[in-house]
Amino acid sequence: MTNHFFGDTAVLTGRSLKHVTRSLDTILTTVVTPIAMMLLFVYVFGGAISAGTDSYVAYLLPGILLITIASGIAYTAYRLFLDLQGGIFERFHSMPIARSAVLWAHVLTSLVANLISLLVVVLVALLMGFRSGVGVLAWLAVTGILILFTVALTWLAVIAGLSAKTVDGASAFSYPLIFLPFISSAFVPTETMPGPVRWFAENQPVTSIVNSIRDLLAGQPVGADLWIALAWCVGILVVAYALAIVTYRRKIS
Amino acid sequence: MTLTADPAVRVHGLTKAFGEVDVLRGVDFDVARGSIFALLGSNGAGKTTIVRILATLLKADAGGAEVNGFEVATRAAEVRASISLTGQFAAVDEILTGRENLILIARLRHLRDPGAIADALLKRFALTEAGLRRVATYSGGMRRRLDIAMSLIGDPPVIFLDEPTTGLDPQARLEVWQAVRELAAGGTTVLLTTQYLDEAEQLADRIAILHEGRIIVNGALAELKALLPPATVEYVEKQPTLEDVFLAIVGADGPAVDGSSSESKEL
Repeated sequence: MTNHFFGDTAVLTGRSLKHVTRSLDTILTTVVTPIAMMLLFVYVFGGAISAGTDSYVAYLLPGILLITIASGIAYTAYRLFLDLQGGIFERFHSMPIARSAVLWAHVLTSLVANLISLLVVVLVALLMGFRSGVGVLAWLAVTGILILFTVALTWLAVIAGLSAKTVDGASAFSYPLIFLPFISSAFVPTETMPGPVRWFAENQPVTSIVNSIRDLLAGQPVGADLWIALAWCVGILVVAYALAIVTYRRKIS
Repeated sequence: MTLTADPAVRVHGLTKAFGEVDVLRGVDFDVARGSIFALLGSNGAGKTTIVRILATLLKADAGGAEVNGFEVATRAAEVRASISLTGQFAAVDEILTGRENLILIARLRHLRDPGAIADALLKRFALTEAGLRRVATYSGGMRRRLDIAMSLIGDPPVIFLDEPTTGLDPQARLEVWQAVRELAAGGTTVLLTTQYLDEAEQLADRIAILHEGRIIVNGALAELKALLPPATVEYVEKQPTLEDVFLAIVGADGPAVDGSSSESKEL
């Protein structure tokens, strides 16, 4: 019955999008922490941080966007966990539908919800003085990277949602992801960090992604960082997807 | 114990273990088309495990099961097209309205005019007024009614109701019973599990008692009652209830049972 995959996915995505639009607090709680961090870093610490740049808002925005995604995907794990616990997941699975549509609907919903959150954060950054004169292509490239990163992390969230035992456990996995940008080039240049920390910061995915987005928005030529960033995103996506499917199969067998 | 030549559900030699625990140890039964069959047992007897195997949510270790003529292990898609499952917990979407829940299921069953199907079911289950409210505001009985209404969409020939009245107040329980009777009257085969003896007594054409992973008795209510030896003290006129039968067969370690009659309680 997989010939209904697209139709079933659309119906189920519509359903979980209503969960987002009817509890807009999930969008608010997703954006409130990144926005608070942005205010804190720009207006409190910003004066003391020398990032070698004119606009610190522009410097830290890419990292803030990644933090937004990391906290947004926790809701995907949360919603998936509640579906499993409430029995509606089993109801869908006992129906003549394309079963994989159940997971894909959550993934697409996560993408839409995160894009809304990202838009809100960018608007606040604009109010704080962020400006970028780059063209549509650069913005499209940035959007593409953010979408790829969101989908990759969402499949991680699917693993967490499927294997969690409690509601808290379902979203706890995102805390280290939210923390990762702090040990990267997101807030300060990595050159200022001591040896081992610097090594970690320069070789973890967030730094290359942050650098790529920052260069794209500043209209600078993007170097090898872009390819490293894409490799990280695709790598995480492939591994997370495979593990999610294994977890899912184990769950339903 | 033969039924019709072509039963709606046929289970033979079904076994299932979770780790070291043998939950099902060779279960056999048939459910005749258009009948209400009650699977009776205490908590942990394996009722839900049987239902989950029949609904293609779980694989058996050995033995087989056919639903509507399709083997569950090999023809899962056809089985899913033949059934509806109403699980132990009302599987409804709390954030959607009652009407939206019904439309969702109608769309997933690829039916035409989901809105009309939803409205007809809301009316049938006395939920028309509540239909536009979010399910989170519903009482337990309303949720269960919506849950059962969702199971009827697409007119599946076989419906599984796993403990449909557990946790409901007496009034809601009567409402669910009425819904189940109407289902069977319409020709749908109903397999229900319950730990309430009076529920089986009220609803079922045939009752099977599941104990420690096996069906130990299977028959109509009158046949089950006949299994109990007649009372020895002559001047007691009370007939043996099904509860007596159950406890006599499974031993005294059965569950605490709410045997109270539930006719005239207010909500």
